Amino acid sequence: MAGIDLASALIAAAIFAGTPLLIVALGELITERSGVLNLGAEGMMAMGAIAGFAAAYHSGSAVLAVLAGALAGIACALIFGLLAISLLANQVACGLALSIFGVGLAAFVGKPYEALSLTAVPAWPLPVLSDIPLVGPALFQHPPIVYVSWLLLAAVIIFLHHTRAGLVLRAIGESPAVAHQSGYPVIAVRYLATIFGGAMAGVGGAFLSVFYTPLWAEGMVAGRGWIALALVVFATWRPARVLLGAYLFGGMLIAQLFVQGSGLEWDIPSQWLSALPYLTTIVVLVLISRRPELIRLNSPVSLGRVWRPDN
Amino acid sequence: MTSRRNLIQQAAGLTGASMLPFAAQAQNAGPIKVGYVYVSPIGDAGWTFQHDLGRREMEKSLGAKVQTRFIESVPEGADAERVIRELAQSGHSVIFGTSFGYMNFMERVAKQFPKVAFVHATGYKRGPNLGTYNARFYEGRYLTGLVAGRMTQSNILGYVAAFPIPEVLQGINAFTMAARSINPKVEVRVVWVNSWYDPGKERDAANTLMAQGADVVTHHTDSTAVVQAAQERGRYAIGYHSDMSKYGAKAHLTAATHHWGAYYIRTINEAIAGSWKPGSLWGGFKEGMVKLAPLNPAVPGDVRERIAKIEADLTAGKFHPFSGSILDQDGKERLGAGKTMDDNTLNSMDYYVQGVASRLPKK
Repeated sequence: MAGIDLASALIAAAIFAGTPLLIVALGELITERSGVLNLGAEGMMAMGAIAGFAAAYHSGSAVLAVLAGALAGIACALIFGLLAISLLANQVACGLALSIFGVGLAAFVGKPYEALSLTAVPAWPLPVLSDIPLVGPALFQHPPIVYVSWLLLAAVIIFLHHTRAGLVLRAIGESPAVAHQSGYPVIAVRYLATIFGGAMAGVGGAFLSVFYTPLWAEGMVAGRGWIALALVVFATWRPARVLLGAYLFGGMLIAQLFVQGSGLEWDIPSQWLSALPYLTTIVVLVLISRRPELIRLNSPVSLGRVWRPDN
Repeated sequence: MTSRRNLIQQAAGLTGASMLPFAAQAQNAGPIKVGYVYVSPIGDAGWTFQHDLGRREMEKSLGAKVQTRFIESVPEGADAERVIRELAQSGHSVIFGTSFGYMNFMERVAKQFPKVAFVHATGYKRGPNLGTYNARFYEGRYLTGLVAGRMTQSNILGYVAAFPIPEVLQGINAFTMAARSINPKVEVRVVWVNSWYDPGKERDAANTLMAQGADVVTHHTDSTAVVQAAQERGRYAIGYHSDMSKYGAKAHLTAATHHWGAYYIRTINEAIAGSWKPGSLWGGFKEGMVKLAPLNPAVPGDVRERIAKIEADLTAGKFHPFSGSILDQDGKERLGAGKTMDDNTLNSMDYYVQGVASRLPKK
């Protein structure tokens, strides 16, 4: 019984650790599918983290915190959109700038909040489901935002592959010129996709500061924005694989901590242990996505290229 | 390479034209200017916070005689050298670098500015104008180990640690020996997060340890995440660097805290008087650099008495946590009975003592 409890506690921790990556990567996936490469996830997450923390601290409401995180992310995404979509600046440069700017600005506005802490958001066990042994405590005893992330995944899959709007989005990512000739509003769709990506990055940041740690500290995003970006690429722009990658990463992170604590014979340098989540995630995703024709099929052809209506 | 070095030396010779002692320029120019280089944001608790507390204490004590400047979040790379040199160039007579990774940069800049006093925390390189200072963190760890050993019900203690270097291993081993001196059934489980500062990962590590049965957790990292995680789970935690009780009043048993103010005051007074010499202080309870935060009301009287006794002995220099005999994890004797470990041996520690249940990852 104790073993089962431990196993479900570990799976639950892995899912919890993977959730911010899942949310951010799904947002970025939609952005990239429209042909826009926004590398600013780290900065947008930092802004979402401080906005979410401040909102939670003043209002006591986790819902408002998530909304504030999303708004902060949207504000960052709009700056990026203005530069990279409207003014046709280089997307890579703008994204990198947004990353640096967001992390710095979040540290600046966050100064007064460094001393403070929040009480953790309690879990919402789902009725019936949470009583299943092993699976129940592992999957169905989380704060509600974890369930929301699953709904988000379903929504992204349905939107991308089963709706007309999703088809338009993908068409724009493939060839904005053709989509434009066919009468679709390329710029508007790219803005919406970028805004969605920003909102999700902000929510992911708010998840870190309100649900995960829960505290605000400078540099607390600690590279998770970059991991989310990498997940999208290694998952070859497929939402279900993003989920796999995010949970695999979370799982390896928790597993290596667990093995260290368990006192098992351990003959691996500690740096390898820390690298393990990254390595495993990349290797697994590369293996399952290794067919080049599928990668070509899924990767948005116009990704990262500037486009304007008159060319 | 040689020609470039010569050039730098010539340049340094030009800037440091006169060979006055350290203090002279300070007296001529009004208040003595003192610079601090911090590795992380000051925040509200932790390593850098304690150094800044010391800086403010020094400023308060010396008043108009001193003018301080600090630069936070300076990474341990080429940026550090630029920042340190900038401080030296802008007339700072004493420069404190408070992170191990600044060592080589401080050494290099110190050679270029022979009139400026460089003081480096936790390093081991010294020079004619480069001194070092450090605290015997393991002394505080020993006392917190007594508390943990007394308070655990499950006999499993969790330890979230940053990097397997001697300083961290001294802490783990002192903590373990103290806990077992009070409760021989205790085992300590260590998880390395390979980062000084990553609240998310520290929290995950603490939660993993608690899922494995640890009911008292402590950490050798910089954030307050471990204390908060314990508070949420209704377990106990022991803070580090700062009193972290406001992050978990119920969970926080005590903390090993570090205090630099007195040292900073003394150093600057020496610099003003012109009597500063590069030293290599490694201070503990005796020097007031290491202290124990107030104990949680849940800690019973018997262990309080024992702690008070050992604290008095540490302060008087009558007790050393690393006194023989000490056996490592594999049963090998590392220190003979009746002996006390010398500083060089302490600073090359690379093993766990008996009672640590985890295996040490290879470096």
